Amino acid sequence: MTFVYLIVFGFAATAALGLVTSWIDRKVTARVQYRVGPPFLQPFIDIVKLLGKETVIPAGASRGTFLMAPVIGLAGVVAAATLFWVNQFFEGGFMGDWIVAIYLLTVPSLSIILGGFASRNPLASLGASREMKLVMAYELPFILATLVPVIWAGDLSISGIIENQSDGITAGHLSGIIALIVALLCVQAKLALVPFDIPEAETEIVEGPLVEYSGPGLAVFRLMKNMLLFTLPFFLIILFFGGMRLNGINILWTLLEYVGIVALITVIRNTNPRVRIDQAVRFFWGPMTVLATAAVVLALNGI
Amino acid sequence: MGRTIIPIGPYHPLQEEPELFTLTVEGETVVDIDVRIGYNHRGIEKLSEMKTFENSTFVVERICGICSTSHPFAYTRAVEDVFPMEVPIRAKYIRTIIAEGERIHSHLLWLGLAGHFLGYNTVYMWAWKLREEILDVMEILSGNRNNYAMFKPGGVRRDIKPEDIPICIRKIESILPTLDMLKKAVLDDPVLHARLKGVGVMTYQEAIDFSALGPTSRASGVARDVRKDSPYGAYQEMEWDMIVTSNGDVFDKAVVRILEMFESAKIMRFCLEHLPGGEIDANIKDVPPGEGIGHIEAPRGETFHYVKSDGTNRPVRHKVRAPTFMNLPTYKATVQGETISDATIILAAIDPCYCCTERIAVKDTGGRILYGGKDLIQLSREKTDRIKRRMGVR
Repeated sequence: MTFVYLIVFGFAATAALGLVTSWIDRKVTARVQYRVGPPFLQPFIDIVKLLGKETVIPAGASRGTFLMAPVIGLAGVVAAATLFWVNQFFEGGFMGDWIVAIYLLTVPSLSIILGGFASRNPLASLGASREMKLVMAYELPFILATLVPVIWAGDLSISGIIENQSDGITAGHLSGIIALIVALLCVQAKLALVPFDIPEAETEIVEGPLVEYSGPGLAVFRLMKNMLLFTLPFFLIILFFGGMRLNGINILWTLLEYVGIVALITVIRNTNPRVRIDQAVRFFWGPMTVLATAAVVLALNGI
Repeated sequence: MGRTIIPIGPYHPLQEEPELFTLTVEGETVVDIDVRIGYNHRGIEKLSEMKTFENSTFVVERICGICSTSHPFAYTRAVEDVFPMEVPIRAKYIRTIIAEGERIHSHLLWLGLAGHFLGYNTVYMWAWKLREEILDVMEILSGNRNNYAMFKPGGVRRDIKPEDIPICIRKIESILPTLDMLKKAVLDDPVLHARLKGVGVMTYQEAIDFSALGPTSRASGVARDVRKDSPYGAYQEMEWDMIVTSNGDVFDKAVVRILEMFESAKIMRFCLEHLPGGEIDANIKDVPPGEGIGHIEAPRGETFHYVKSDGTNRPVRHKVRAPTFMNLPTYKATVQGETISDATIILAAIDPCYCCTERIAVKDTGGRILYGGKDLIQLSREKTDRIKRRMGVR
């Protein structure tokens, strides 16, 4: 059964949905920019094509770490996604798996840092150090924001959070809305999308940590990012909208919530320039942390 | 703190031309910058000296794909400066129309690229879509989207057909609302303010010291524009404003360029509406011995051409100075002390054009540069001394 959970749902379903989401993101972006956009299968073709390319390991790079980094990142996403799938549809889960989920969701960022530093490239290490600063910047408000549903549920398990929302979603409260906004912006940074694509900043440091990656390594990193593009909105839906409900009219609601979150992420990334790392850190530690703390206080007071 | 060298180029994906910036950084702060160009040297001046006056126009047109009117404009003015002659007024108007069209499309191109450098790809795509409209106008007027081949010493090659004028005016007017929206989108965006204001500041004094040109200097409060200072073409025939701002940061450079597009549209419209009749070509037969200079305001600043004639049908010396040549050294003032994140947009803010600038590259067979700056100054001084001796000045 573990196999089914991990491979069929955690990996295959997440990857498929992630690639579809990535297509939606690319297509919407293209339409906003007066372009036609890629065909439906393009994200999938990209991954397959990259898998067939040669892997070049830079001279002087730490070989093992360099090759392991993408796999570690992918494993983190698969584990996190499995946790959500199991909690959502199989009534699995365990006490305190919210903490595990938060932990697992940082693994992709850590793997990028690892890969960047292992490449032995000045641009890659610069990107990795930026990613490190960014992780430290957004983790605090992200944890605070995701704490709000936990407070409402009075339960540290994801299944508990979902169950508690059957008679009123978190986003129905003022504290929930504030926390949702904060969490959305943190997700934007977690996905390293504009305005927080600072670690990868193509026009400054040429994709940063990924600069030395080619072939399957790059493919796995791309796949990881696409899967995150599904997993993080999924997590937000679980926390703030009571999870994915696939009965009757609720299918439509779930779909709307999901597409809405993805569209919002896409719109934010298309209507903003990239900020500087110091501005991003100030943004997350300043207004975002204050807002998230306020949301936590409001939630504790039942507002 | 340890210093790292971050190379930008020669194969950098963000700029379409080969160039190498060597940024010396401490952490994220740039402490020194070195610029190296010369990857794209094509020997234009020598080529031009091997062609007739008429044919050289096409050679200089290919110095740069964006300034494909500025160089012929300056060159033809240099040739016309060799001997007393007057260009027909209709030709002057047509030249002005083409030059301003080029300014609009060049500034739009820069605006798009600046957006791209900041990761703001929507502005990139929108600006370039808008640019298509102005390229259409140029195609109607000259038959080409770029490299218009409109100029010849003594006039222009093609006339503007009366039936095309209303279409062009309508097209120019149709881009103004979109341009206005783009202007608001760029100038009112708080995140853009945060990114661009106070970044890469060049003070008034620095602009003077570095002899910065064009929008780069006008953003620092230096009211310098060849179109106003030494009017040519039809620029003195109408009212238009020179856009000057005072902060000297990247934001102001963008403001200057965006507002200049509106002025250019105004000039283009006036010229199209008031196009005088008459000849379009003075039909120059021979160029007598002598020398002439021509300078015009290209989108990036003053473009300068020098032509020397010995009475044959080809120039014996042709010297080109592009605006980027003067604007490149301002990096010393603007980039140092900024972060790498800001460096890219500051480097782009002068709207650099390296292929315009590349005039000399001295190499030995090993690819090592033989002459440094000091050697070249020494060579130049020796040459000046030689000429002075020959002329009996000293």
